[in-house]
Amino acid sequence: MNLRVLQPGLLDTVQDAGRHGYQHLGINPGGAMDRIGMYVANSLVGNDPAEAVIELHFPAAAFLLEAPAMIALSGADLGAMINDQPVPINRPLVVSGQSVLRFTRPVTGACCYLAIRHGLLISPWLGSYSTCLPAGAGGFRGRALQKNDVLPFKQAASYGAVLRQLQVAELPWTAGTGELYSAADRIRITEGSGFALLNAHARQQLTTATFAIAPQSDRMGFRLQGPALRTEHRQELLSAGVSQGTIQLLPNGQLIVLMADHQTTGGYPRVGHVITADQPALAQLRPRQELRFAMITADAAEELLWQQEQRLLFLQNACKLRLEEWLSHYGLH
Amino acid sequence: MRNTTFSITPLGDNAIMIEWEQRISPVIHAQVMQAFLHLQSLQQPYITDLMPAYASLAVRYNAVRIRQEIKRPARAWITAFVTRALQEAGAATAAAVPGRHLEIPVCYHPSLGPDLANLAQQKGLSEEAIITLHTAPTYTVYMLGFLPGFPYMGTVDPQLATPRLKQPRTQVPAGSVGIAGEQTGIYPLPSPGGWNIIGQTPLRIFDAGRPDPCYCRPGDQVRFVPISLEAFTKQLS
Repeated sequence: MNLRVLQPGLLDTVQDAGRHGYQHLGINPGGAMDRIGMYVANSLVGNDPAEAVIELHFPAAAFLLEAPAMIALSGADLGAMINDQPVPINRPLVVSGQSVLRFTRPVTGACCYLAIRHGLLISPWLGSYSTCLPAGAGGFRGRALQKNDVLPFKQAASYGAVLRQLQVAELPWTAGTGELYSAADRIRITEGSGFALLNAHARQQLTTATFAIAPQSDRMGFRLQGPALRTEHRQELLSAGVSQGTIQLLPNGQLIVLMADHQTTGGYPRVGHVITADQPALAQLRPRQELRFAMITADAAEELLWQQEQRLLFLQNACKLRLEEWLSHYGLH
Repeated sequence: MRNTTFSITPLGDNAIMIEWEQRISPVIHAQVMQAFLHLQSLQQPYITDLMPAYASLAVRYNAVRIRQEIKRPARAWITAFVTRALQEAGAATAAAVPGRHLEIPVCYHPSLGPDLANLAQQKGLSEEAIITLHTAPTYTVYMLGFLPGFPYMGTVDPQLATPRLKQPRTQVPAGSVGIAGEQTGIYPLPSPGGWNIIGQTPLRIFDAGRPDPCYCRPGDQVRFVPISLEAFTKQLS
C-alpha cells in the first residue's frame, strides 16, 4: 500500500497549500508552485484541495504503485505513462497494484501534481506537509524524493470491480482547466513600492518588453532576462517582508519574481507583484519561455482572485458529484 | 504608537505593508515590535502571517476568506482593521515591549572564525580588540530572514562594519557568527553565504525537531559571550 520511487527526478517534493504563520521566524511558506494544479489534482480524486500532493518537474521520478489506487495528474503534461500506456492529465485514473508510473517528455507546463485518493501518510511539520528544503524539514524527510523512498497511502482501496483485467481505467470525465490559467503574454501585476523608483522609460518597459525565464530559475525565484530597467536614482532600501509574486529589481536592472520557496525578507526594490490569480500560469512557464506583464489595480487583482476561487470551488463540487455517482455505481465509497 | 506615523500600502493582492520612518533605530524597531506583538495577540484568523523587519511590518491575509465571510473587499477591510489595531496598541501601551535577553556563547578561535584575522588586519585592530568590540553591545534582533531562524542583529560598533565578502563561500557551517555591513548574524543552518565569519556558537540556532525550531525571535536582546575552544567542543557534544 505504498508509492515507491523507482528512479528519482530532478526535483520531486511533497507540497500542499504552504506553511503559514512562521514567516516572522524566517521560515518560508513553500507550498505548490501552481496552486491550481494541486487543487485540481486533489479535487479529481475527491480529496481536500490542499491535501499533500507530489510536485514533479521534468525529468520527473518513476513510481511503483504497489497497491491499487485512484490517482490524478494536473498542472503540467509531462507525457505520463502507466505501464507504458499513455494517460491524460486532469482526469481521475484507477490503477492496478504493481503499476509503474513514469513521465516521458515535457509536453506543456513545468510542474505536474500527482494526487492519490485519501492522500499519503506523511507527518506535518509546523502545520503543513510542504517540503521546506532549506530547513530540511516537512514533506518526506525534509528533502526531494530519492530512489527507493516509500510513501505509504493513507487508506487502502480495492477497485477490482472497475479494473477487471485492466491495468488502468480512465474515469469518463475531464476537468477543464483552460480558463483558470492566464496567457503567458499577459501575466498581470500590480504596482510595487519600488515602481516609482524606475525612470519613465523603465516604467513603460515593465509592461511592454518581453522577458524570458532564465535557466537558473527555481522554486525560490524566477529570474527574468529582458532589457535592463533603470532607476531615476539609486536608493538603498532596508530589508522588509516580501511575498510570493513580488518582482524585485536587481542592481543590474534585471528582475526576479519570488516563487513558493522565496526568502521571507528582501532588500531590493519591489517594482511590482504578480497577482495571485496569475501565479499558477507563471509557475507553469519553463526556462527560456517568454512572458509579458500587464499592469492592473490591486482592487482588480483581488476581484480576479475571488472569481478564480469561485471557479475552483465550482470545479471541486462538480468533481465531487461525478465521483460520488461513479463510486456508488460500482458499490465503492 | 505615540507620536509615530506609519503608512500602509498594498504588498501584492494578499498582503499589506506597514512602514515607519525608514532607518535602522532601536526606537523605530520598538514600534514595529509593539505593532507586531499586538497584532499577533489578537489572533485574527484572517491574518496568516506577520513579517516584522527593521522599520516595517508586512501583514499577509486570506483575501478569499475575508470576501467569503465578511462579504467586503478584503484589502479595504484589513487596512481598516490594522489601522484601528495600531491605534489601540498605541493607546494601551506607551512603553516599548522589552524582548527576551539572550546570552549566546561564541568561540572566536581562528579555526571557527576564518575571517577574523583578515578583518583585524583590514581594520588595523588586534583580534582581541575585534572580539571585545563584538561582545560589548547588546544587540537587537531586528528581523529573521534569509534562512529559517537567521537573526539579523545590529548594530555593530562602526569600527567593525564591513561589506559582505566579494566571493561568497559555498558552505558556511551552522552556528557561524558573521558581520555584514552594520549587521551581525548567526547561520542557523549550513548554507552558502557572504558574511565575514569571525566565530561560531555551539548552540543549535535552528532545530526542526524542537517545538520552537528557532532559537531567536524578532525583538530579542542578544549578548555574545566569548568561550574557549575547549568549552565550545564540550558544549557542542
